[in-house]
Amino acid sequence: MELLVASAVGLLTAAGIYLVLRRRTFPVILGTSLLSYAVNVFLFATGRLATDAPPILNKYAEVTYSDPLPQALVLTAIVISFGMTAVVVMVALGAYLSARDDNINMDDTAPAQGEDA
Amino acid sequence: MSLFLIAALPFLGALFPALLIRAGRNASASSAGLATGLAFIGLMLHAPAILRGEVVKVGIDWLPTLGLSANFFLDGLGFLFATLILGIGLLIIVYARFYLSRQDPMGQFYTYLLLFQGAMVGIVLSDNILLLLIFWELTSLSSFLLIGYWKHLPEGRQGARMALTVTGMGGLAMIGGMLILGNIAGSYDISVILQNKEAIQSSDLYLPALILILIGAFTKSAQFPFHFWLPHAMAAPTPVSAYLHSATMVKAGLFLMARLWPVLAGTPEWFYIVATTGLITMVIGAVIALFKDDLKALLAFSTVSHLGLITMLLGMGTKLAAVVAVFHIINHATFKAALFMSAGIVDHEAHTRDIKRLGGLRHVMPVTFVIATVASLSMAGIPPLNGFLSKEMMLTEVSETNWLQSPYAMSILATIAAVFSAAYSFRLIAHVFLGPKRDDYPAKPHDPGFGMWASPALLVVLVVLIGLFSAKLVGPLVAASASAVIGGEKLPYYSLKLWHGVNAALYMSIIAVVGGLVLLALHRPLERLWNALPRPEAKVMFDAIVRGLTALVQGVTARLHNGSLTRYAAIMVSFTVAISLYAYATGTLGAPTRQMQQAGVMPMVAWFCLAMAAICIVIFHRRRFVALILIGIVGLIVSMSFNYLSAPDLALTQISVEVVTIILMLLALNFLPKETPVETPLFARLRDGGIAIVGGLGVGGLIYAMLVRDFAFPSISGFHIENSYKGGGGTNMVNVILVDFRGFDTFGEIIVLGIAALVIFALTEAVLSTRVRAYLLNRKPDIEQAGDSHPGMMVVVTRMMMPVALMVAAYIFFRGHNLPGGGFIAGLIAAIAVIMQYMASGFGWATERQRFPYHGIIGSGVLIAAATGIGAWFNGQPFLTSAFGYVHIAPLEEFEIATAALFDLGVFLAVVGAVMLALESLSRFAWQPGTASEHAMDINPARDDAEQDMKEA
Repeated sequence: MELLVASAVGLLTAAGIYLVLRRRTFPVILGTSLLSYAVNVFLFATGRLATDAPPILNKYAEVTYSDPLPQALVLTAIVISFGMTAVVVMVALGAYLSARDDNINMDDTAPAQGEDA
Repeated sequence: MSLFLIAALPFLGALFPALLIRAGRNASASSAGLATGLAFIGLMLHAPAILRGEVVKVGIDWLPTLGLSANFFLDGLGFLFATLILGIGLLIIVYARFYLSRQDPMGQFYTYLLLFQGAMVGIVLSDNILLLLIFWELTSLSSFLLIGYWKHLPEGRQGARMALTVTGMGGLAMIGGMLILGNIAGSYDISVILQNKEAIQSSDLYLPALILILIGAFTKSAQFPFHFWLPHAMAAPTPVSAYLHSATMVKAGLFLMARLWPVLAGTPEWFYIVATTGLITMVIGAVIALFKDDLKALLAFSTVSHLGLITMLLGMGTKLAAVVAVFHIINHATFKAALFMSAGIVDHEAHTRDIKRLGGLRHVMPVTFVIATVASLSMAGIPPLNGFLSKEMMLTEVSETNWLQSPYAMSILATIAAVFSAAYSFRLIAHVFLGPKRDDYPAKPHDPGFGMWASPALLVVLVVLIGLFSAKLVGPLVAASASAVIGGEKLPYYSLKLWHGVNAALYMSIIAVVGGLVLLALHRPLERLWNALPRPEAKVMFDAIVRGLTALVQGVTARLHNGSLTRYAAIMVSFTVAISLYAYATGTLGAPTRQMQQAGVMPMVAWFCLAMAAICIVIFHRRRFVALILIGIVGLIVSMSFNYLSAPDLALTQISVEVVTIILMLLALNFLPKETPVETPLFARLRDGGIAIVGGLGVGGLIYAMLVRDFAFPSISGFHIENSYKGGGGTNMVNVILVDFRGFDTFGEIIVLGIAALVIFALTEAVLSTRVRAYLLNRKPDIEQAGDSHPGMMVVVTRMMMPVALMVAAYIFFRGHNLPGGGFIAGLIAAIAVIMQYMASGFGWATERQRFPYHGIIGSGVLIAAATGIGAWFNGQPFLTSAFGYVHIAPLEEFEIATAALFDLGVFLAVVGAVMLALESLSRFAWQPGTASEHAMDINPARDDAEQDMKEA
């Protein structure tokens, strides 16, 4: 099981990095989404893996629980990463509509602006 | 008055002048004067105790783990400086009221001035070096604002930048030195550091600490070779020059040397660095001052020279020299501030301060003439004025000091400085006020009103009185502050009096006065000689250095920061991988301690799907819709895995976030190109692939290594498991952590989420207010559209689903404290319920039925959460402490009421508002006139115009 989770995290990270290194906004956004999955699962897994042990107190029996702390952190991370994705999507969309170009890099031949203030 | 209040009063007072300027200039000035005056009175209430030799202390621990505490103490030295700062500050405030013209924004001026004053008072009262450093930097910043006060003058802006660069750089060096000092002494409290002389002076780090601290002190006090910024700071309005650049701020460096004198002084290093620097500065400043034609520049260089004098005295390291230094600080502040104010009056009335264009002013400005003459004579060291007293004592000290193995070297140089000092003082009187009345002044000069000359006149009265009755008037103050400088040890014998008999100092004084008169007589030929000599121009050198550094920095930036985001990302990933590999290669990794768990068939299948989806995304990412579907699969499997691995809350959150994210991306994809072109050559793709694979292997390997080992240190999770029910009143530990144990985190998170949504809204507004709007309005869909944009079936189903979905949200919300669920998940579900309406019935239809703006929903959520947190205060508990109890109402089972549920309601509202605002903003891009259907369901028998439609048909 550990091997499966670790390799899945690795795979998601690799796919995410590859897409982040593309030149257009949409693949980069997909890449950051994949990286978010990878990071969230990574953080969650730092509490170690457990099956059939949800962190819900059982008043009637002594049972083991999975680690609740990383779960709480990851829960907010999931929601925040939605917020982040939404902002990035918005920036990408605004840029594309304004410039009709979704390339993420500045044109190498154009002089950099805002240096001689 | 508490020292806290004294230190805070200028800062509090800084609020008012800028506001009260609307009520007039007098109101503005009075509010500034009132704050300063109150602080001054508060300080004077401590005078009897301080003069008895007591020390007043107050303090609270601020960040004790960092050694940073808000400790203040008032001893003789601090009292002397605080008196100068507040007393002269008061005079300057009066003077500036009449000096500034109607065009100058006076409110701003007083606010800056009080900020500066507060920072200075903070420096001299601090008992903690970290606190002192904060105030120290504040003085640099407020001085920057004041020098550049006349924003329209380029000299003002350049002078301000130069002052900030030099003193800021010195401040940085000083931070280093102070931290070393604190480390050696084991405490950042000055009173503790002062007890550790042996430890500090025997430490190997003594010299580095000394040099760094001295760089800070020398830059601030304009000591050679950092003296050049001070004359350029003269572009400031004259009240600023008089206050900051003669009486107070430039003396901060002296203060610091005096403050640390007990632990730093007395070593050969201290003597040679400090005394030599002071001596050189004193001579150079005096010589340059004689050849300056600008009245303020002359005074600026004379200030440099006098600061050098005091530095030299402190550098000698003897107790007597320290006494003289303290005495001269008082005297210099009085006559120099008076001189600056007189120079300001001349400038104000004659519209020039070029000495070459002045002369004979005594006929038209008798009052100013008297004030400036008395102050100048004191500066020249003429008895019976106070400048004479301290100069005599200085010369005595010098004549008894060996420097460079010669008993005379220092005396000779000091006498030269004294000669030039007398010369420029005489020149000021002779060339500005004496001589025949001229008829070519730029304006008609005359004495100003009482308000303007009152302040310098008062100071000049002090100059005379201190000269005549020094022992009575300032004797106790000098004694108290000098004994503070030398660390509370017994003061040596000295006497503050005019006549010390015939001694070396008297001869040197006579030489100085006579030499000064000779130099004045020879001024014209000397000036020709001076102008013919080549000499280094500090501003040119400074500008060249700054230009060089700027070019270097721009070169480096342009190289690294070339606008290619892809490149930044690649560098970041590669660098992270490289340092991780380094850590892996050099660190040690223990043996696995955990048993691997057996994976069943289902996890294998899920893993296979996930792997296939991830690989396919990479392969098919150019076809964007396909990639979106694939990423949906990934999200789904991740949610399932959370569920399988005992994290039901995460599973619920992930799956609902998944839904909104995919909708969001679909909305965006509506406008973006549907395909990604092939742009990069194969080798670049292979290289990126290589980076990606190495990165993936690294992350995967890291988590695998963690998963097969136990915690290296005991985890804090046990606490949460144990206290979730006892302390938080809930059985769902994840939810209790979110709303209770780490509620403050969650509070921050919902604020961030709200900000993100508002950013999206603002971006939409910004984009839609440009010509993009016209493009969007006329835009033709680039792919074929479905025939029916609002299918009746879907409309009916979503409307029926809405109450059900909201019910589920309510259920998830309420059970959240004890079972998987809670505000986050419920918020997402409620948002999805509403989004369904937007999708099925159209944007226009849904917007019309939207009663509360989403901004308001976000805001109310944050406010409810905050109010819940504040509620704990009324219970005498810290912010966000939750309370809970159990109630039993007849027909119902016993149930729990917890304040955490109210907090969770805030979370719920913030999430709903944020998600909806984000999606609604995006949808607004698609709006086109005529597309919004008032009646999404075309079969609506209730609608008013149905009949009409039928008739037409």
